[in-house]
Amino acid sequence: MTTTPDVQSQGNAQSPDSENLVEVKDLKMYFPVSSGLLFQRTVANIKAVDGVTFNIKRGETLGLVGESGCGKTTTGRCILQLYNPTEGSITFDGKEMVGLGSRQLRAMRREMQVIFQDPYSSLNPRMTAGNIIGEPLVVHGLVDSKAEYKERVADLLQNVGLNPYMADRFPHEFSGGQRQRIGVARALSVSPKFIVADEPVSALDVSIQAQIVNLLEDLQDEFNLTYLFIAHDLSVVRHISDRVGVMYLGHIVEMADRNEIYVNPSHPYTKALLSAVPIPDPVIDAQRERVLLTGEVPSPLNPPSGCVFHPRCPIATDDCAQVTPELREVETGHWSACIRADGYGAY
Amino acid sequence: MPNLLEVKDLKTYFYTYEGVVKAVDGVSYELEEGETLGLVGESGCGKSVSALSVMRLIPDPPGRIVNGEIQFEDEDILKIDMDDMRRIRGGKIAMVFQEPMTSLNPVLTVEKQLAETLELHKGMTKAEARREGEDLLARVGIPDPDKRIKQYPHQFSGGMRQRVMIAMALSCNPKLIIADEPTTALDVTIQAQILELMKSLTTEFGVALIVITHNLGVVARYADRMNIMYAGRIIERGSAREIYANPRHPYTVGLLRSVPRLDLPRRTRLDPIEGQPPDLVNLPVGCSFRARCRWAIDKCALEAPELAPIGEGHLSACWRADELGDLIKELVEAEAREYGTDIEPTPAPEPVAPQDNQVGEDG
Repeated sequence: MTTTPDVQSQGNAQSPDSENLVEVKDLKMYFPVSSGLLFQRTVANIKAVDGVTFNIKRGETLGLVGESGCGKTTTGRCILQLYNPTEGSITFDGKEMVGLGSRQLRAMRREMQVIFQDPYSSLNPRMTAGNIIGEPLVVHGLVDSKAEYKERVADLLQNVGLNPYMADRFPHEFSGGQRQRIGVARALSVSPKFIVADEPVSALDVSIQAQIVNLLEDLQDEFNLTYLFIAHDLSVVRHISDRVGVMYLGHIVEMADRNEIYVNPSHPYTKALLSAVPIPDPVIDAQRERVLLTGEVPSPLNPPSGCVFHPRCPIATDDCAQVTPELREVETGHWSACIRADGYGAY
Repeated sequence: MPNLLEVKDLKTYFYTYEGVVKAVDGVSYELEEGETLGLVGESGCGKSVSALSVMRLIPDPPGRIVNGEIQFEDEDILKIDMDDMRRIRGGKIAMVFQEPMTSLNPVLTVEKQLAETLELHKGMTKAEARREGEDLLARVGIPDPDKRIKQYPHQFSGGMRQRVMIAMALSCNPKLIIADEPTTALDVTIQAQILELMKSLTTEFGVALIVITHNLGVVARYADRMNIMYAGRIIERGSAREIYANPRHPYTVGLLRSVPRLDLPRRTRLDPIEGQPPDLVNLPVGCSFRARCRWAIDKCALEAPELAPIGEGHLSACWRADELGDLIKELVEAEAREYGTDIEPTPAPEPVAPQDNQVGEDG
């Protein structure tokens, strides 16, 4: 098969000015299941993320989609070092992060922030909006005086489309969309380079979703941010992402440019996901071809052999239960992990 | 088709310390036998409350149905006593809730929960109820029903639990099923399965269906008619085809335009509905959508428009409903001027740089 020259496989020397901001290599995150009352021993592993490799370029938005339990959130949290990965390497700006001590990590965390899904549980109800946004400034020692602190908080509120006088209000006084804006302002407060947005619009009404998506896009232009955008809504992901990765049961099964993956999906799971998205037009929706998947996602405790998707796959062959397909480039910039994909080659 | 359900000027208010919340404020609609109706609106617009009112499941206090008539078959549901109501609930009208996790009893087996309805409404014996229960589970696509029926809800996945809920709803051959956000808590692939199942079963048994949702896409394929709600009122009503092709209320237009669509080329920018829904305690005078409406005129602040016919079975509560077609055209043209073209070419032939952003393990 054909592979374009691969920078990383030629050595680990990554300069901080390489075009990739984040490089994830063969990431595995297993959560142990233990049993026994006194002598706890590990009886099994939940393979939440099982060998994932990808890069995020500077200034781009990488979308990660998949059903619940596919490991997309775990991947995001591993990059932020909120979990200690079982295996693999994660570099940020050329620096390896796995195995760093907490002090070194804290310095790194100034560069990377997160926006959570649920704007209700991710804000401390006893803190004012101003303090929620300002706390990171104090923790990282980014302001010298009270006046500067206030000015910075007011600026941040304005950046996300809220009024500075709202700094004294508590979270319950805001609507869902406004709370999510506070979450965005908190992430921006330390001037990060990279933001993991974990389902930032899923809990919001459609009319408000579009407001937040536009806000995220504006902020990206203004502050030159790089996003990892995790979501299960494929239409939103296509809108905001430059490239899209599709995850299934701890693996990335397909990754490509946003237009390529929607126009020319290569993996049967991607095709099924796309066809399941309803189109708000009864005439067009009725004409679409539907790939209805049977069954449900298997348990990550005991994933199927070979290709993890083969029990639900409409085009699976006997080989699929034997061969674990790796992610290969089937077309320039288009990666797929299906042995039956066009251009996949021999396995 | 005769009307199965007729709701007339329904008002359901909640009496709270902050004031009277007018959750449903004068809603009228009818539903034919076997029809599928989509009830669409964002959170707090009163769509769930209007459905719960039909079941008379409004917690009192603080809620109360203060006005209206709900004709179901040939009786007014709001006038009958609680015993008769109990016979209708779960019997002739059944409900499927949003959260299959919380709406099943976690300490009872699926068999107990299915059989309870059958024993109560159909007077079956335990053994009969069990056989019927297995049949129902098989019908909603649960494999090994004889084993699964003995299990507890936590042993089922989200999609399977929703199937159990549908089996329970179908168990007494209802005339009407009300599904309150039946797929919102589920994954997309499972959503498609569940909707397909609900539609085929309701068609097979001739059951009328009310699907409540905030996502216009979900009901597009399945609904015959649509009610769009905003701030406790129906603001647009019509056949699904008509509403999607020719929306005649600015709110419906906003809802349709704010979602990115997979079947169309990617737009440069989304067009959200600015602002927030109004406070239901202090509703503004005039049209309640005025503050967020891009086409509001002076008249909108003075008087609230009533739902008025503008076409074959198509009603809208907007003063400018007649001009709306032209206004939308203007908007699309203005957008095209601002962003060059409204849309990006598909599939965008972006310059493909040498891709070294992936690690091929065999590279």
